[in-house]
Amino acid sequence: MRFGVVRFPGSCDERDTARALSQFGEVRVLWHTERDLEGLDAVVLPGGFSYGDYLRPGALARFAPVMEAVCALAADGLLVLGICNGFQVLCEAGLLPGALLLNASRRFQCAEVELEVENRELPFTCACPERITLLAKHRCGRYYLPEDRLQELQRQGRVVLRYALGERFNGSVVGVAGVANERGNVFGLMPHPEHSVGVGGRSADGLFIFRSLVQALEGNGGDG
Amino acid sequence: MARRARVLIRPKEGILDPQGQAVERALPNLGFSGVANVRIGRLVELEIEDPAALEQICEKLLANPLVEEYELQLLDGNG
Repeated sequence: MRFGVVRFPGSCDERDTARALSQFGEVRVLWHTERDLEGLDAVVLPGGFSYGDYLRPGALARFAPVMEAVCALAADGLLVLGICNGFQVLCEAGLLPGALLLNASRRFQCAEVELEVENRELPFTCACPERITLLAKHRCGRYYLPEDRLQELQRQGRVVLRYALGERFNGSVVGVAGVANERGNVFGLMPHPEHSVGVGGRSADGLFIFRSLVQALEGNGGDG
Repeated sequence: MARRARVLIRPKEGILDPQGQAVERALPNLGFSGVANVRIGRLVELEIEDPAALEQICEKLLANPLVEEYELQLLDGNG
């Protein structure tokens, strides 16, 4: 199993992500100028503040050389996981629908949150129970998508994660915490599985997400 | 010859603007009453050789068309 973790200038969660993934396979940290993602089974865009969050979170990272490769490989079915700022980058890049706006509270919110896993058939959630608890920490995590498109997304099972608190957590429409693309190989979520690995008395439920990835990839191994 | 331009970007109608709300709520405390619908956006000023490209620049980078609208102003002067 080979994972790539992208590091943009301003990323800050790539180390924890690499550490969490290293118990499941080999991890390569990719600088944002990298274009060669050959041989990777999955790529993770980590949390942080890529390019200082200038203009809008994710707006500039989207134009990094590495994103060209990520977009091309995602179209071929590569598994791409975006966490927090990585989710924002995926939305800005058009790989995922929607936008992540300033929390309704205007505050940077940091809390362990309970999440409902609405779709447990994706490569990112196939080993998850119905509810998981992950650490969320963000200032711009209010998911927005116009109502008609949101309903379509829900019908397609692409609203993958929802805050158990619903819209009350950060103002996200219907409490969206994570969405997938139509094909199901690109997934972005605001909460942090890599910070929820059972260290420091915290939830270990982030491992469900990483185990799902591994399980999905192993399942695919046979048909190449 | 480069033209100076100004791009005004603001949250679309119907999109919650928590920054605007915060400012609106602070005003009465400063003694300013009767202020409503405060919306906070961004102002980008630039010089551009081909002003025809501005719209694309806005769509692709300066604004997020899903949640923001923009207004272009070409400025005179500077040749």
